[in-house]
Amino acid sequence: MMRRMLWLAMLAGVMILCGPADGRSAGPPPVGGKLPDFTLGVPKDAAQKTYLGLSGSGAFKIPQIRAKTVVVEIFSMYCPYCQKEAPNVNRVFEKIEADPVLRGKIKLIGIGVGNSAFEVRVFKKKYNVPFPLFPDGDFVLHKLLGEVRTPYFIGVKIHPDGSHQVIHSRLGAFESVEKFLDEIVKTSDLK
Amino acid sequence: MKTRINSIFLGFLGAVLLSLAASPAAFALSDAYKDNIYNPGVLKATNSVLQVKVGGKAPDFALKSVTGEKVSLSQFRGKKNVAISFVPAAWTPVCSDQWPGYNIVKEMFDANDAILLGITVDNIPTLFSWTNQMGKLWFPVLSDFWPHGAVAKKYGVLRSDGVTERALFVIDKKGIIRYIDVHDINQRPPLEVLMGELEKLKD
Repeated sequence: MMRRMLWLAMLAGVMILCGPADGRSAGPPPVGGKLPDFTLGVPKDAAQKTYLGLSGSGAFKIPQIRAKTVVVEIFSMYCPYCQKEAPNVNRVFEKIEADPVLRGKIKLIGIGVGNSAFEVRVFKKKYNVPFPLFPDGDFVLHKLLGEVRTPYFIGVKIHPDGSHQVIHSRLGAFESVEKFLDEIVKTSDLK
Repeated sequence: MKTRINSIFLGFLGAVLLSLAASPAAFALSDAYKDNIYNPGVLKATNSVLQVKVGGKAPDFALKSVTGEKVSLSQFRGKKNVAISFVPAAWTPVCSDQWPGYNIVKEMFDANDAILLGITVDNIPTLFSWTNQMGKLWFPVLSDFWPHGAVAKKYGVLRSDGVTERALFVIDKKGIIRYIDVHDINQRPPLEVLMGELEKLKD
């Protein structure tokens, strides 16, 4: 009896130790769920700061971005698919900016997992990425976001009260730029 | 009986702690490779003894490249600075994204009058399939397969299990080694450090 209890106690201990509490992730943010709790550095560049509707310096959380929906691309400068997809993601940005209904309502950002600030700048320059990119050099955010493969796209709807909800969470390149944007617009209730 | 339970408990606790210590190294994998990457887990950071040093002459070599031609170090003497990137093995996590990163910064190598040579101990067919997933690479990928790891051994970066370290060597136009980084095999060296070293050769 005592032995069985001891085993159960050990098993419980193992389950606690091996759960998300040990720093390992619990999978990507699911549709309908929330983003994990993390902050990004406010960009120094004035234009990027204006784009995101942020002020000052320091850190911010994604739901603080002035938008109805934020599309987060999880990428890496070192990922061949992200390199190949970069022009398509740029096109999504351009289509949003060219559409008077969507402009200002859907914003794009990228998080370069395992990328230093230098490496993120290399990617931004190489592919003329017009939206803000943030480094995650030590994989801290990557772990929180479920150690997804790249590129991975997360759509986050921001409610007027500042709360948020994940409306899109998917691995891999777009089937088509138009289809991706249509889906984001539909799930955001923007048109 | 009590001792036995204690020893079971200790054994179990040990196993749990070991499994935690062996948490996978951080890497972000491109979807380009789908589920084809083998994860060896966390390895000993380095496991070889360098046979060359900064300021010394770089041992010459001639190896076959994936595209068929032989490439030697001495062919760049007096013409180009050379960065050599040894990566441990094809189809492993960190290596699979190190070279695609170098692949988008050819201009930076050009600006420093440098060529990059990628070397692994894999055979040509393996390197062919693996590098095909990366897109078209602008730099030669060389196979140090046979005699196994002979070049890696000359430089002192052949590990005891037959793969190489994740190592970078910067060699100037005179054939002198100017920088060595035998990196923790589980991590990718940051690009800015290598670029900084190449820039130093301009002086």
